[in-house]
Amino acid sequence: MTTTDLAAGQGVAPRALPKAGAALDRWRVPLTIAVLAVLPFVLPSQALAVNVLIYGLFTVGFNLLFGYTGLLSFGHAAFFGTGAYLTGMAIAHLGFGWFPAMLTGIVGASLLSAVIGALSIRTRGIYFCMVTLALAQLVYYVALQASGWTGGENGLRGFTVAKADLIGGFSVNLLNPLAKYYFIMFFAALALWFVSRVLNSPFGAAIEAVRENETRARACGFDVERTKLLSFILSGALCGLAGTLSALHLSIVPLDALSVHTSSIVVMMTMLGGAGSFFGPFVGALVFLLIEDVASLWTTHWQLIVGIVFILFVLFLPKGIWGSLIQLTRRRRAS
Amino acid sequence: MTALMEVTDVGRSFGGFVALAGISAKFERNKVTAVIGPNGAGKSTFFNVLSGVLQPSTGSIRFKGQELKGLKQHRFAHLGIARSYQITNLFPELSVEENVRVAAQALKTRYDVFSHRDRYPELSQKAEAALGEVGLTHRRARRARDLAHGEQRALEIAIALVANPELLLLDEPTAGMGPEETKDMVALIERLAADRTILLVEHKMKMILGLSDRILVLHHGRLIADGTPTAVQADPEVRRVYLGQNDGYA
Repeated sequence: MTTTDLAAGQGVAPRALPKAGAALDRWRVPLTIAVLAVLPFVLPSQALAVNVLIYGLFTVGFNLLFGYTGLLSFGHAAFFGTGAYLTGMAIAHLGFGWFPAMLTGIVGASLLSAVIGALSIRTRGIYFCMVTLALAQLVYYVALQASGWTGGENGLRGFTVAKADLIGGFSVNLLNPLAKYYFIMFFAALALWFVSRVLNSPFGAAIEAVRENETRARACGFDVERTKLLSFILSGALCGLAGTLSALHLSIVPLDALSVHTSSIVVMMTMLGGAGSFFGPFVGALVFLLIEDVASLWTTHWQLIVGIVFILFVLFLPKGIWGSLIQLTRRRRAS
Repeated sequence: MTALMEVTDVGRSFGGFVALAGISAKFERNKVTAVIGPNGAGKSTFFNVLSGVLQPSTGSIRFKGQELKGLKQHRFAHLGIARSYQITNLFPELSVEENVRVAAQALKTRYDVFSHRDRYPELSQKAEAALGEVGLTHRRARRARDLAHGEQRALEIAIALVANPELLLLDEPTAGMGPEETKDMVALIERLAADRTILLVEHKMKMILGLSDRILVLHHGRLIADGTPTAVQADPEVRRVYLGQNDGYA
């Protein structure tokens, strides 16, 4: 986000931000959490609300790389799926508790993103897309072949977490949909706070600079490759977290979690909501999943409808729903 | 006087094409040196080699005694070498102030993901000073892409200046400017030259002759003259290959 106030109170006037936009920016984490907190009560089903939460978080992670750093990856399912699989395998095969299993998923996804990032960030544009896609497909086929651990094409099953024990003798009943929603939302909120912190940090300014102009950023003294790699790893870790939460939610990890289909829907969700906007990923996830929910009642070819909507957005609303709303607010204030 | 930068036998080839060959020169502190030559003479390649964009194929470049060959480009800024580009090269969607501030930040902190940007107030002070130096303070809140061409060129220089470089490389700073904007830019370079070493590529001969302490002339990738403006103007070889094309010293 390029609207962050860089210098408030430091003697240099910040860029003239519309008041409403500045307030939204300052309170973006609590506002987003407040909206997420009421989702189960305003959406048609709680299952849809949980999916918006998990896929929204997945999109937030992807958006850090695509929207804020300017790198379009077509392989982010690798991190989502790895987070999900490692969490499931840690519980099913190693007998881990839910929390160590989650950590296993996040650390595993982060390590994988460090490897894939190191191999891909030296390429640009379409080559970057292709390298990330190819490496993600490699992970997909490894999971398909290692069926003793992953369940192969049937997916990983048999690791239901019915209750999450917390410190102090408290526990959350994960069989209660609403309790599970807020359990997942707690981690999503932590992730949102973390992302907001990163975007406001000096590193956030560095990734903006790299996105805006790599050549100039390098001449200014930024190690562009290292900046991109760190962004890639943070993005992979967040997608891994979304994957672990998906595993805990579904108690199954379908092989599809690692597929190119999953990699492409996160791109679509980001574009629908608005790349480079903080709340956009959740808007994108909500719109995508709503279309899926409604259209799949009419036809089995619901992807066709999603595809048409996506094309219309790319052609006529390239900044996505939330991105366009922000732009409209700014124009109104400016005029 | 010790040279700030010393270039010895520097060459650069692209496949079989020799863009630069056997260039040797010393750049002394607080002097303005201009690099001139016809199109295709190797001026931009020379600049790119001196600023780390390209590695030299042969020879050595020493800056304050340190060998630069083999260093990654981003390290050059940390050592005190900054450059502007022939084609305006900014962070277009960021504000003028953000453009300069982020450039200052590159030398201070790059991977800090937890602190708030405001934790480094000195960066804003540096940005303020650099914008003041190029006369863009009143434009600080404007988006870089919305500036006039001359202002964008000035912002380029502010981005380079904020690192407080000892060596400033200016690649055609008046490219695309009208007479008034050129005049402002010349005045700015004169001010900067008071306490900085400046290396300049330009085609406007009147400007070069007025600004420079020394001129290097490149032709087909080779250094054919190196001397004061008066000496270079009188050099028959230079007149034949270059100045003859610039009779009006536009």
